[in-house]
Amino acid sequence: MSAFDFLMQGLVTAADPMMLLYALIGVTLGTAVGVLPGIGPALTVALLLPVTYRLDAAGSLIMFAGIYYGGMYGGSTTSILLNTPGESASIITALEGNKMARKGRGGPALATAAIGSFVAGLIATLLLAFLAPTIVKVALVFGPREYFALMMLAFVTVSAAFGDSALRGLTSLFLGLALACVGIDQLTGQARLSFGQPELLDGIEVTTMAVAMFAIGEALAIAGARNQHDDSVLAVKGSVWMNRQDWARSWKPWLRGTLIGFPIGAMPAGGAEIGTFLSYAAEKKLTKHPEEFGNGAIEGVAGPEAANNASAAGTLVPLLTLGLPTSATAAIMLAGFQQFGLQPGPLLFATNPTLVWGLIASLLIANAMLLVLNLPLIGLWVKLLRVPKPWLYAGILLFATLGTIGANPSTFELGMLLGFGVLGYVMRLYGYPIAPIVVGLILGPMAEQQLRRALSISQGDWTYLASSPIAATLLALAALALIVPLILRARGKGEVLAQLAGDED
Amino acid sequence: MKHLVLASLFAGAMALPAMADYTIIAPANPGGGWDQTARTMQSVLQEEGISKSVQVQNVPGAGGTIGLAQFASQNKGNPDALIVGGYVMVGAILTNKAPVTLKDVTPIARLTGEYEAVVVPAASDIKDIKGLIDALKANPGAVSWAGGSAGGTDHIAVGMIAKAADVDPTKINYIAYSGGGEALAAILGNQVTAGVSSLGEFEAQVKAGTLRLLAVSAPERIEGVDAPTLKEAGLNINLQNWRMVAAAPGLSDEQKAKITGDIEKMAKSEAWKKQLADKGWMDTFLAGPAFDEQLAKDEADTAVILKDIGLVK
Repeated sequence: MSAFDFLMQGLVTAADPMMLLYALIGVTLGTAVGVLPGIGPALTVALLLPVTYRLDAAGSLIMFAGIYYGGMYGGSTTSILLNTPGESASIITALEGNKMARKGRGGPALATAAIGSFVAGLIATLLLAFLAPTIVKVALVFGPREYFALMMLAFVTVSAAFGDSALRGLTSLFLGLALACVGIDQLTGQARLSFGQPELLDGIEVTTMAVAMFAIGEALAIAGARNQHDDSVLAVKGSVWMNRQDWARSWKPWLRGTLIGFPIGAMPAGGAEIGTFLSYAAEKKLTKHPEEFGNGAIEGVAGPEAANNASAAGTLVPLLTLGLPTSATAAIMLAGFQQFGLQPGPLLFATNPTLVWGLIASLLIANAMLLVLNLPLIGLWVKLLRVPKPWLYAGILLFATLGTIGANPSTFELGMLLGFGVLGYVMRLYGYPIAPIVVGLILGPMAEQQLRRALSISQGDWTYLASSPIAATLLALAALALIVPLILRARGKGEVLAQLAGDED
Repeated sequence: MKHLVLASLFAGAMALPAMADYTIIAPANPGGGWDQTARTMQSVLQEEGISKSVQVQNVPGAGGTIGLAQFASQNKGNPDALIVGGYVMVGAILTNKAPVTLKDVTPIARLTGEYEAVVVPAASDIKDIKGLIDALKANPGAVSWAGGSAGGTDHIAVGMIAKAADVDPTKINYIAYSGGGEALAAILGNQVTAGVSSLGEFEAQVKAGTLRLLAVSAPERIEGVDAPTLKEAGLNINLQNWRMVAAAPGLSDEQKAKITGDIEKMAKSEAWKKQLADKGWMDTFLAGPAFDEQLAKDEADTAVILKDIGLVK
């Protein structure tokens, strides 16, 4: 049978009423845990594993897949409305999304996120269905030197995308890189900058830092500027739905986000965040409305959200074809497979085609269900913004604190949340951009490890870094992205660039 | 009638032996081996009626030492508290110089274990373990090994192999990944010479013919696994990545005996055996003085090898 026949057969399996019910339970739960702070999809699936032991394999895996996709959906809601990213993959969404929400365009922001996630989920799931074995071969070509080159590209494009004042952007980025050094060095097992605190041994939790910087820092800034009425929140301005222009400005970012997010998600060491960074940087470069970036550009929501969801489907590529979990949720889904005596890996497609294609088909169904479930809710969500500002920000503080304690019940973590909150406030006060510090914290350790791994493999030979075609190409692109603006500036085109880089939060 | 019901309920409650409502700490994130062990214990303990209600709580961080420290300080004398741990914790305590060690809790039993496997990509020129050892002896730096985190079981295994082959363990070129999975990708992608991780991580790939299994770290050949032991290759290594359960510090002998009894009942049950078979875990149950002895030996050996690799000064 061809892949297409298998998929059709899978759709028949997944269209069974009981299976549809499992999918519905999954996406509803997933959306809920995505919105609620402190519990992510990984923990939810872990909690449900013993419960599903008595259910049949197909049903529970379909439910888990629903939770996984649902969680990716739900995460963007809090990012956009409350500026409180629940997971690192929706940090970028908060940048433009929350600006839109505060201008009364929360509806279109949520809609472009939801529809973009649907489009990305659909395309990426189809890619997973038909190209998984091919993609995984490409992904395996990526070794330490290729990853390092990819990180360099991400660094250069991202710091260019975030920095209108290069000095302030870089200061923020390097602050993030310095914080990234905290914790046990993964390659030698030695503790760095942990000052004897056992809680610091695992480094600084990215979500704690992001929530502190975005939510707490902003709540403090709002409280500090209480008497200046320059920053009022408008619940709804114009339509709650996307207008014609919103559609016109969203569809290309959706597609680009998908194409960026999916392959990076499929890479064993890729991760969802890098895709969202690169997508944001790409949209900022390509937009016809550069002045809106930093002030609520819809492209800045559409692209990263699509990338985020596409990478979720991408994560399933190594899981199904290699038995290789690349995210916490995927690791638990692997445990779920094993619970039913199935070993994901190169043989799974051959030994259990019904189940695999049933799962892929149910991802398609879960994706459609999520859209149906989420679009009508948008009207309800934006009402949240009508809550009076003191209550809203008090609620955000509560939400952020609960989320942090929920994920890691420790007073030290809470202290870190508050400490970084104050840092976020001070940075806002003096006009330093927030995003680069978070990006530095996420990308820093990855870049460092890949560089050291590459040098360890080559026994100290630096030319190894550019010795593969992929690595060399990526490094060349990074160099171009760094040098071209310098040349432009030197030729007196600086003002064009200054205009290109909208002012930043 | 009402009284009768109440009376019978009361009598029923009296007749039941006191059942513990256990809380199990999994000192790791959801999804990992310790988390899965804790959750499997949860379902079997409840299913077999050994405990009415079992809670699992994740306290992740630093190779389990954060969960261990929290567990030891908050549960002194609490007979309902359990913590899952394992060999990785032994190494992490040493490398992190953790203030709270396994001596500060009451180890109950070893539950499961996995042996380590040495593999090379199918395309590699190295055909057997002897070939790999020869390459290692010729130029230790040129043989790159991919495995899990630094100081973990995989790293220790490579150190032991080098030492047994008379190669300076500080010269090994060990490339640490965050786990067996990420290391697997590096091995499959031909990025490194060899890989070391739990046998389960590689099994599917070995069956599919994309990896070549060179040796396992078991004392004798494992049934159904077509590979020699390291011992057969002249390397005297017996290394098992085991998982265990421990109770709170400060328990009376009766309390300890009761918990050991409950855990033994769980480990001997059909439901537990079925779960282990489904997950591909080996049953390496060991309790009482035999376990205490084995634990002490593992701790001493690990301290030596971590010093040899240069991770512990």
